Amino acid sequence: MPILVYAESDQGAFKKGAQELISFARGIAEKMNTEVIAAVTEDPAQANLGQYGAHRVLYCNHPALKEFNAELTANALAQAARETGATLVLVSSSADSRYLAPLLAIELDAPYLPNITGLPTSIEPLTFPHNVFTNKATAFTALQGSIGVLGLSKNAFGVQQHPDDASVSNTDLDLPGSSWEIKSTEKANNKVMIADAEVVVSAGRGLKGPENWGMIEELAEVMGAATACSKPVSDLGWRPHSEHVGQTGKPVAAALYIAVGISGAIQHLAGINSSKVKVVINTDPEAPFFKAADYGIVGDAFEVVPDLIQKLKDLKAQNA
Amino acid sequence: MHSKISRIVVSLFPQFNDTKNRPLTMKILVCISHVPDTTSKINFNADNTQFDTNGVQFVINPNDEFGLTRALWLKEKQGAAVHVVSVGGPETEPTLRKALAIGADEAIRVDQPATDGYSVAQALAPVVNEGQYDLVIAGRESIDYNGGMVPGMLAKLCGYAFVNTCIGLEIEGQSATAVREIDGGKQTLKMPLPLVIGGQKGLVEESDLRIPNMRGIMQARTKPLHVKSGAGASPKSEVQSFQKPAPKEAVTLVENAEQLISLLHNEAKVI
Repeated sequence: MPILVYAESDQGAFKKGAQELISFARGIAEKMNTEVIAAVTEDPAQANLGQYGAHRVLYCNHPALKEFNAELTANALAQAARETGATLVLVSSSADSRYLAPLLAIELDAPYLPNITGLPTSIEPLTFPHNVFTNKATAFTALQGSIGVLGLSKNAFGVQQHPDDASVSNTDLDLPGSSWEIKSTEKANNKVMIADAEVVVSAGRGLKGPENWGMIEELAEVMGAATACSKPVSDLGWRPHSEHVGQTGKPVAAALYIAVGISGAIQHLAGINSSKVKVVINTDPEAPFFKAADYGIVGDAFEVVPDLIQKLKDLKAQNA
Repeated sequence: MHSKISRIVVSLFPQFNDTKNRPLTMKILVCISHVPDTTSKINFNADNTQFDTNGVQFVINPNDEFGLTRALWLKEKQGAAVHVVSVGGPETEPTLRKALAIGADEAIRVDQPATDGYSVAQALAPVVNEGQYDLVIAGRESIDYNGGMVPGMLAKLCGYAFVNTCIGLEIEGQSATAVREIDGGKQTLKMPLPLVIGGQKGLVEESDLRIPNMRGIMQARTKPLHVKSGAGASPKSEVQSFQKPAPKEAVTLVENAEQLISLLHNEAKVI
């Protein structure tokens, strides 16, 4: 009763999210005494997914899967699940995973449990911890039935190394046509995206106006970080909606979240709560965010941020 | 008057009536979740098995509000009947009435507790099928359980097309152009009707959201609110218990950038 993992790739590269998901599957597999099969839609030959914990790799080599289509990918994963007798199918927190997972769950007549934060707390019934109330609490939920679809919260488990090689086999798939047609895709290719970022630099109304964002972008660039903003800043049109993080914006589960000139309203905190280390820079010592932060500087962002940029650049130059 | 003209047009030009015999006026169903307001303190009862609703204000799920306003725009621009539906007990009716006050034409309550996403989708499917809706707009995710699964599950159960994280939508005839937010950007899709979308901000802007006015509130009292019994599908998952996060340690305040960098590197080990 193996565990099937949808290991996503982008132009042949298996990113950290996929590596982490395979490691997580391996953690569950060891508790259930079973194996991990990574299902991929791009050639896994160079990747050696065994090093993250996969026992086998199933290459779903079908032309219709080369460009992501949720309907067809869900169909393919359902076929792979039936073919392998899988008891669990794992997906990540990516936009594509969250798009296909509900379709896959109904295809398999299975429950879908997203936002999982750890290994199962019970095997009979299979019970997992997951984030609810937008990161304000954890629920422990038991699944029913013979198969389940699980979604892992980003950065909840980490990538673990295994000294294994995974054999690769191809699977023949029969896929129907799809009437879902992609007309165009726009991606900011040179910027780090919030979904992938290990470090996020975020700013709020304390910056006073959109013209002051240069230093935020520069700090992000020096740190290899994604830029983000609070809801009021997005509503005012100072920054694009795609940067809005918080309860009704994007969730952030980075290793480091730096908040500049953001007071820390409950809704903002809820959305960024899964970040491991939170740093706050604010002139107001009473700002609620300081209660939620790990490190903080009470000071003027217009002095602190340029200083931070310069010191980080100096450090990089020293280490180069 | 509109429907009489529709009937004449359809009888003269049968090609305007598609294979599913849909009438010309678009039918839109907006799925609404009754959720605690975003500022709510989250507490659980003594056993930690139930959410404590004492003192909690319930509202329309934020993602659903963008969908409702978008549906009303479509109604005004192209003509449509806009219905709202929610799965839950009688305590959810004030939230449905609010949606009617905002401008929906009719409301439906499926009388079944909203246990898990799977059973909610199963409860909504008969409503979609009976109503033969052209477009179903559900919020991408609700702020209480963050399942993000009802729109997709509902689409699959009803054989409808589906777009998730939808931040833009236009309907032309029997197809839709939908913009989907992807990691690091966006994608434009052409989709057939009937369609379900998992909507969010972007369908309309925050400043465009419709709010109930006095006239809307008065009208909402007499607009139809039908109660249907649930399909009886059982949930496939069950919450065993809840846990609140451990209390946080106090923040470490530093004086300057240099000290911060040192701590982030040596102590937190994140840079």
